[in-house]
Amino acid sequence: MSAAGRNLLQKVWDAHTVRELPGGQTQLFIGLHLIHEVTSPQAFAMLREMGLGVRFPSLTFATVDHIIPTTSQRRPLADPLAEEMLVALERSCAESGIPLFDPASGRQGIVHVIGPELGLTQPGMTIACGDSHTATHGAFGAVAFGIGTSQVRDVLATQCLALARPKVRRLDVGGKLSPGVYAKDVILAIIRKLGVKGGVGFAYEYAGAAIDAMTIEERLTVCNMSIEGGARCGYVNPDDTTFDYLRGREHAPEGEAFERARQSWRGIASDPDAAYDDEVEIDGSSLAPSVTWGIHPGQSVAVDECLPVRRDAPLDERAALDEAFAFMGLEPGKPVAGVPIDVAFIGSCTNGRISDLREAARVAKTGRVAPNVRALVVPGSQSVAREARAEGLDEIFRAAGFEWREAGCSMCLAMNPDKLVGREVCASSSNRNFKGRQGSPTGRTLLMSPAMVAAAALAGKVVDVREHL
Amino acid sequence: MTATAGIERIVGRGCVLRGDNIDTDRIIPARFLRCVTFDGLGEHAFEDDRAQAKGDHPFDDERFAGASILIVGHNFGSGSSREHAPQALMRWGFRAFVGGSFAEIFAGNCTALGLPCLTLEEDDLAALMDAVVLSPEHEISIDLEARSVSSRAGVARAGIPDGVQRQLLGGSWNATAVLLEAGDAIEATAARLPYVNGYPR
Repeated sequence: MSAAGRNLLQKVWDAHTVRELPGGQTQLFIGLHLIHEVTSPQAFAMLREMGLGVRFPSLTFATVDHIIPTTSQRRPLADPLAEEMLVALERSCAESGIPLFDPASGRQGIVHVIGPELGLTQPGMTIACGDSHTATHGAFGAVAFGIGTSQVRDVLATQCLALARPKVRRLDVGGKLSPGVYAKDVILAIIRKLGVKGGVGFAYEYAGAAIDAMTIEERLTVCNMSIEGGARCGYVNPDDTTFDYLRGREHAPEGEAFERARQSWRGIASDPDAAYDDEVEIDGSSLAPSVTWGIHPGQSVAVDECLPVRRDAPLDERAALDEAFAFMGLEPGKPVAGVPIDVAFIGSCTNGRISDLREAARVAKTGRVAPNVRALVVPGSQSVAREARAEGLDEIFRAAGFEWREAGCSMCLAMNPDKLVGREVCASSSNRNFKGRQGSPTGRTLLMSPAMVAAAALAGKVVDVREHL
Repeated sequence: MTATAGIERIVGRGCVLRGDNIDTDRIIPARFLRCVTFDGLGEHAFEDDRAQAKGDHPFDDERFAGASILIVGHNFGSGSSREHAPQALMRWGFRAFVGGSFAEIFAGNCTALGLPCLTLEEDDLAALMDAVVLSPEHEISIDLEARSVSSRAGVARAGIPDGVQRQLLGGSWNATAVLLEAGDAIEATAARLPYVNGYPR
């Protein structure tokens, strides 16, 4: 019997192993380090304290996203704390020779949007960033981790991380998605099925016909929310879709180097006979548009379903169910369709790309934002904003009553002026529905696809987007 | 760089925070991340949860004042990678976490700060929580070498990954120092990677 082949994670891990550390960890070389203003200032301070410099500034890139206002990016930023953070980042980047994609560069945007669009993210890389949604970059067949500030310091100083190798779970999403069902619905269904801690200790390999058929932007959405299922990294094997996306991007290899790169990228994909620690199958053709109703991303239902009831829930989940219903002010057993909303947010590293805006605009075109609903469209990057304007999407949104904003993280996490107020309910294309996540301690979040958010904005309540298409 | 002394034992009173999936947005709301140092984060730990509980939160319970071991449920620290979360809890006064399970990035961030996260079996965790709620004044003892948590509920076997246990016992949780020891092997690894070198012939 021949030995089983290797999966992508094993190949990438082996190629980046500097040495094995005592106790089962690996010293892993990090090929691309992305930094932003929130989790890096303290890391640079620690580095200065230790008298160390940045070891590989050429493999490090910075942008500003979390704190940037989306109404005006003009300096100085209106919030003095935000300005101080941006100044600290500028200073650290200048001192260390790290390129900073700031608003003046025309390349600014959410770190997980600009890495792919600039061609920085490539198959077979190890990527780290002080942000839990770094798994996004796995869409290219990269092994990408979110890290904390002390680990940002480790990468700045050594371009390495000390990590235990994760197990690999292959998620086979078969079949074809129905119209109105998006990548967001696939990942929400996966998290609902396996739970918010089901992926702890695993890397998720997303595969199967439904994933194969996805564009890179759709795969980015799926990989983005790996951490919401507990998995620190998630990836898709690179294929022609990946290579076609990369060709011609600013930081992608050119000409003959691109051809050599493509050979190298093909070899990184999991072998057909690769072994996995676990395998799970999901029927993509049976999925419907999803909506979260609770306080973590595992608490979702299909838009044509009713909210769960206590007696059907496992004993150990009942307390969590009670807590979620109490916070959300929703009634068990009632349909999720029809839940009224106050705010609609389209954007974030999950769903702030051009294809997301196009799908939302298709819906926005069919009506006007309901009275009493505040609706925001926030492109994920300056480049997405330019592309959208060139296609006239900004005009479609404005005409329908949406606010058209500048690039940033915006209302996904409320570190900038975009926030919920009081107990507002927000239909949101972002990734987290945690208590207080969108800036009001009592604010409530319903996660869904951008097209579903647009439909909710027009109706003033949760509706099935399939009725619009 | 000075060597740090290892951690073999942590002794202190406990604070019980029940519930699963307590995320980092709740531990430290995002608005407090608008800072360039971690100083001053301690007082904002669980600020919104505490305000909504109107004083009925374990962090505002006088019986738990001065506790240094936080006892939690499952998937504690899920969500964002913000190290501000363990930083805030450390500055509040916690030196260790005992729970059903921990989110991966949170646990890694704790290790980087020398804060052990230990897991207990379900029955042991329930017994520990009950014992601490019943007599919050009694001291709990965490023995990292033996992987155990001792309290009035008895001695419970605790889980912690081998590598993490070693880092904490050996005082090597500041990974930068350990990683630097690889020396030129770092550059040698970079030299082998096609993409670092422009996909050479």
